[in-house]
Amino acid sequence: MSRFLKVLTLAAVVSLGVGAAEAGKFGLGREATPEEIAGWDIDVRPDGQGLPEGRGTVAEGEVVFAEQCAICHGDFAEGAGRWPVLAGGWDTLKSQNPVKTIGSYWPYLSTVYDYIYRAMPFGNAQSLTPDQTYAIVAYLLYMNDVVTDEEFELSKENFTSIRMPNEDGFIDDGRPDTPLVSEVQPCMTDCKEEVKITKRARIIDVTPEEDGETAGINVD
Amino acid sequence: MSKSDRPEKGIASPSRRNLLKAGLAAGGLAATAGFARAAEPDPYNLPPNVADWSRYLGVGVDNAPYGMPSEHESEVVRRSVEWLTASRESSINFTPLHDLDGIITPNGLCFERHHGGVAEMNPTDYRLMINGLVDKPLIFTLEDLKRFPRENRIYFLECAANSGMEWRGAQLNGCQFTHGMVHCVMYTGVPLKYILEEAGLKTNAKWIMPEGGDAAGMNRSVPIEKALDDCMVAFKMNGEALRPEQGYPARLVVPGWEGNMWVKWLRRIEVGDQPWHAREETSKYTDLLANGKARRFTWVMDAKSVITNPSPQAPITHGKGQTVLTGLAWSGNGRITRVDVTLDGGKNWHQARIDGPSLPKALHRFYFEFDWDGSDLLLQSRAYDETGYVQPTKDELRAVRGENSIYHNNGIQTWHVMANGGVENVEIS
Repeated sequence: MSRFLKVLTLAAVVSLGVGAAEAGKFGLGREATPEEIAGWDIDVRPDGQGLPEGRGTVAEGEVVFAEQCAICHGDFAEGAGRWPVLAGGWDTLKSQNPVKTIGSYWPYLSTVYDYIYRAMPFGNAQSLTPDQTYAIVAYLLYMNDVVTDEEFELSKENFTSIRMPNEDGFIDDGRPDTPLVSEVQPCMTDCKEEVKITKRARIIDVTPEEDGETAGINVD
Repeated sequence: MSKSDRPEKGIASPSRRNLLKAGLAAGGLAATAGFARAAEPDPYNLPPNVADWSRYLGVGVDNAPYGMPSEHESEVVRRSVEWLTASRESSINFTPLHDLDGIITPNGLCFERHHGGVAEMNPTDYRLMINGLVDKPLIFTLEDLKRFPRENRIYFLECAANSGMEWRGAQLNGCQFTHGMVHCVMYTGVPLKYILEEAGLKTNAKWIMPEGGDAAGMNRSVPIEKALDDCMVAFKMNGEALRPEQGYPARLVVPGWEGNMWVKWLRRIEVGDQPWHAREETSKYTDLLANGKARRFTWVMDAKSVITNPSPQAPITHGKGQTVLTGLAWSGNGRITRVDVTLDGGKNWHQARIDGPSLPKALHRFYFEFDWDGSDLLLQSRAYDETGYVQPTKDELRAVRGENSIYHNNGIQTWHVMANGGVENVEIS
């Protein structure tokens, strides 16, 4: 055994000796109680893990949505002003102006529940009851034609049976998707005969465009 | 350009007034946002005269218990683009890259991105919960976190949407606006591995879901390999407590990966066996391709660079002659190994000089000094990283991804320097 390895081994033994009873543990923190976890563990997954007991119908959702959501998202989830459009947008993903709504883009229904409960209504997060959240999600399914019956009731029990139209619209990261140095050594001298300016930044002010066009990005 | 072309000092240097006009013509933004305003010198302060500051006592210690920049640097601030977002609480502003040098971003100039405003969190009431697929769910106080062995690491943080406005063509005149969703600081914190192992990971633990304590409850899915590799829970930046807008009192650090995953005001980490597909990794932060399919879990920030000076907010004010070109390069896959720059739109390239520390997943500072002959220039920089990746052109990116991606635009930036020293954002053939 080399001297270096001996030192390493000794260091490992010493560090084990210094640690608490269980290896790698510092004895920090305290156990979280079930009540504490229940209060903060609000996430919902596509397989339904995390869904609370509850239910709500499209009709109930329409009422809650009008009270809590419509001021920003419009009565029919069409979006008010710059706020996100939540319904429609079908067949736009290949266009110059893709409209990425719950119906046209979002792959899983659980995302809708998870996000609404944790972050909505904007400025009063985590204030909705599970029943209200189920009802809003049911209403959004209806506005996106994923369900067509106004009497439809969404619940913990039938939640995972709902499939979203664009579930198959997502693929894995394909990068690197441009040539590496090993493939194309970049040119250093006399690389081009001629260079022309093809695009210029718009004469742009830090105010909204008259037509609301936003240069291909919507941050919200 | 040879040394013999160098003009006499003071000749052909554009007047301040003309330059301001040029800036306006070139970009509009320049006039209102960050165009350096150099006042005319006061002869009273110049030799052979003796200025007041050399004659009279200045203010004493404790004039500013927390020191601030010189009043003459008041233009060096974060700026936002109002039309970008519907509200101030879910919005973004930009680091003034053109005013900075070196690789470290001052804390007060690190760009902000919030989804539900800044959580004003009391450190006494701060708690971090670890639950899910662990042997024992735990709760830590801030003091608990500070009792773990600490690390100091310098990393860049870049928003996935940095340069997102430029996918369809040159849009904004200023590298603050085109590239300012990046900053680089030294974090002090605890390896996330220690914290997770303290709770004990179950054998089927494959993912974690960090969650913020802000009004957006920001949540993302992070694969366990990354969590155990180089992630940290940080409570200091550049030696002092995190700024409130950067996640005070504790945030997640996810080196090299998109900024949205660096959950601020970190309140909980759930361990699971599959990803959550949260809103910020499905509806947002997915990269829509031309064929209507979208890439998801596009975490790494690829190698990228930008020339910060000259740039539209930092025109050449000294006229012909010795000129310093400088910029930043970074890669989420490791170190930057080389940066090339061109003055003629890519006909000829020159290797730039990287100065300062070269650290993995950190900003790198490069320089190229040249003798400007006063003619139009088309400036570009091209970064390489240690994985053999070369920064692509914007057209190369569009060819494979289309124009609807929003995120991960690391294409080569072009600045057009005009004869009067003004600079505009362009794209070239």
